[in-house]
Amino acid sequence: MSQRRVVVTGLGVTTPIGGDVATTWKALLAGQSGVRLLTEDWRDLLPVHFAARVATEPADQMERVEMRRLDRSEQFALIASREAWKDAGSPDEIDKERLGVVIASGIGGVITLLDQFDVLKEKGARSVSPHTVPMLMPNGPAANVGLELQAKAGVHTPVSACASGAEAIGYAYEMIKSNRADIIVAGGVEAAIHQLPMAAFGQMKALSTRNDNPAAASRPYDIDRDGFVLGEGGGVLILEEYESAKARGAKIYCEIAGQGLTSDGYHIAAPDPDGAGVQRAIKFALANSGLSTKDIVHLNAHATSTPAGDVAEANALRKALGSDADHVAVSATKSMTGHLLGGAGAIESVFIVKALEERLAPPTINIENLDPAVTVDVVRNTPRALPAGDIAALNDSFGFGGHNVVLAFKTL
Amino acid sequence: MALSQADVLAGIKEIVEEVAGIPAASIELDKNFTEDLEVDSLSMVEVVVACEERFGVKIPDEKVTELATVGDAVNFIVNAAA
Repeated sequence: MSQRRVVVTGLGVTTPIGGDVATTWKALLAGQSGVRLLTEDWRDLLPVHFAARVATEPADQMERVEMRRLDRSEQFALIASREAWKDAGSPDEIDKERLGVVIASGIGGVITLLDQFDVLKEKGARSVSPHTVPMLMPNGPAANVGLELQAKAGVHTPVSACASGAEAIGYAYEMIKSNRADIIVAGGVEAAIHQLPMAAFGQMKALSTRNDNPAAASRPYDIDRDGFVLGEGGGVLILEEYESAKARGAKIYCEIAGQGLTSDGYHIAAPDPDGAGVQRAIKFALANSGLSTKDIVHLNAHATSTPAGDVAEANALRKALGSDADHVAVSATKSMTGHLLGGAGAIESVFIVKALEERLAPPTINIENLDPAVTVDVVRNTPRALPAGDIAALNDSFGFGGHNVVLAFKTL
Repeated sequence: MALSQADVLAGIKEIVEEVAGIPAASIELDKNFTEDLEVDSLSMVEVVVACEERFGVKIPDEKVTELATVGDAVNFIVNAAA
């Protein structure tokens, strides 16, 4: 059997800058921030008063009765999956035993867990919702999408903190490559804007505290960056085996050419300052996809706006790509969307697919003074045109625990 | 406090509509929760707890399986509250 190839045939998102792909992409190119002050009363109990909530509330996109049985992360998964499935031409006729779902979440249904604990304390055990377990389980987003589409090739949920979304797409890629499935709904979601996760990230000094100017708080590569901004939402891609996508006449965006995965073995939360694990992941992704550093013209960086992380990543990119880093347009889209944790690698993969389709690298906003330690070519303020011809792009994602995931995409 | 059958039926209609999204107009005494109204086992737990809170009665777990229809639930609650 010849090598099976994996292509992208559908996209869906719900993000802090748009309720679907078209709105989100337009806002991204326009450099709009999705970061806002929170309106909840508990805001003032915390050191951080802002976050990046989804631009369109799930209540505007799904029925009330369906919503009440779903954690917010599951709502995001269904909203993004429905858009992606429709974008792929709603291939409902495919063999369900060849259809899989891989949707990740970094934390799972943490809002349900915490809200139901409040119910338990205030009203007793009998008032705890019987839907609590299916709502809080981290595989709930994948399971609900799998149920809706009757997927029977396998439903999976990789968990690797902020690398989860990218790992899910890589897992889906492997499922198709290894002939376990022909089509996979793949992505990541997160819904963790709640006072406990925000207090906890705050205690790690991981969050920006720029309360006087939330829209300027997520500022990857800027010298005055002071932490990430918590975001919510999710992204989903329909991955399909190339020959079967062609046979059904699907619109094909691009190819997922390969992936590289490593782990740091360094620290539970801090990045390895040498970025050795990141460099190895990039090398593995290039080798796995048959690409060279010369082919890469764009990279959607992990760049969360933390003082240590952004420079460690940029150094690793420079070392792994060498002088070829000079022709890689690096975009840090978390400057607009905030950090979606387990959803980040997924929405950023959607952005790469759009960037290759439209040959436009989205901008990075809020860089007033570029950190001189950053030695990669950052796309600032306005989109940048990507070259014609065959081009390729990388998405890198890293998670607490030392997880490194790099995905390689190319035009075809 | 005594409850009338009509009051309890009206309350159950509201609860089932809230929990399961079944239009109140289609909820009648002879409707079976599972077969006619498609209230699944998890949602039935929600209906029972909401009825307990609303009508101030206890519906023991072993009784819940006997409440096949809306009418069964109405009669149980009216008797329990009497």
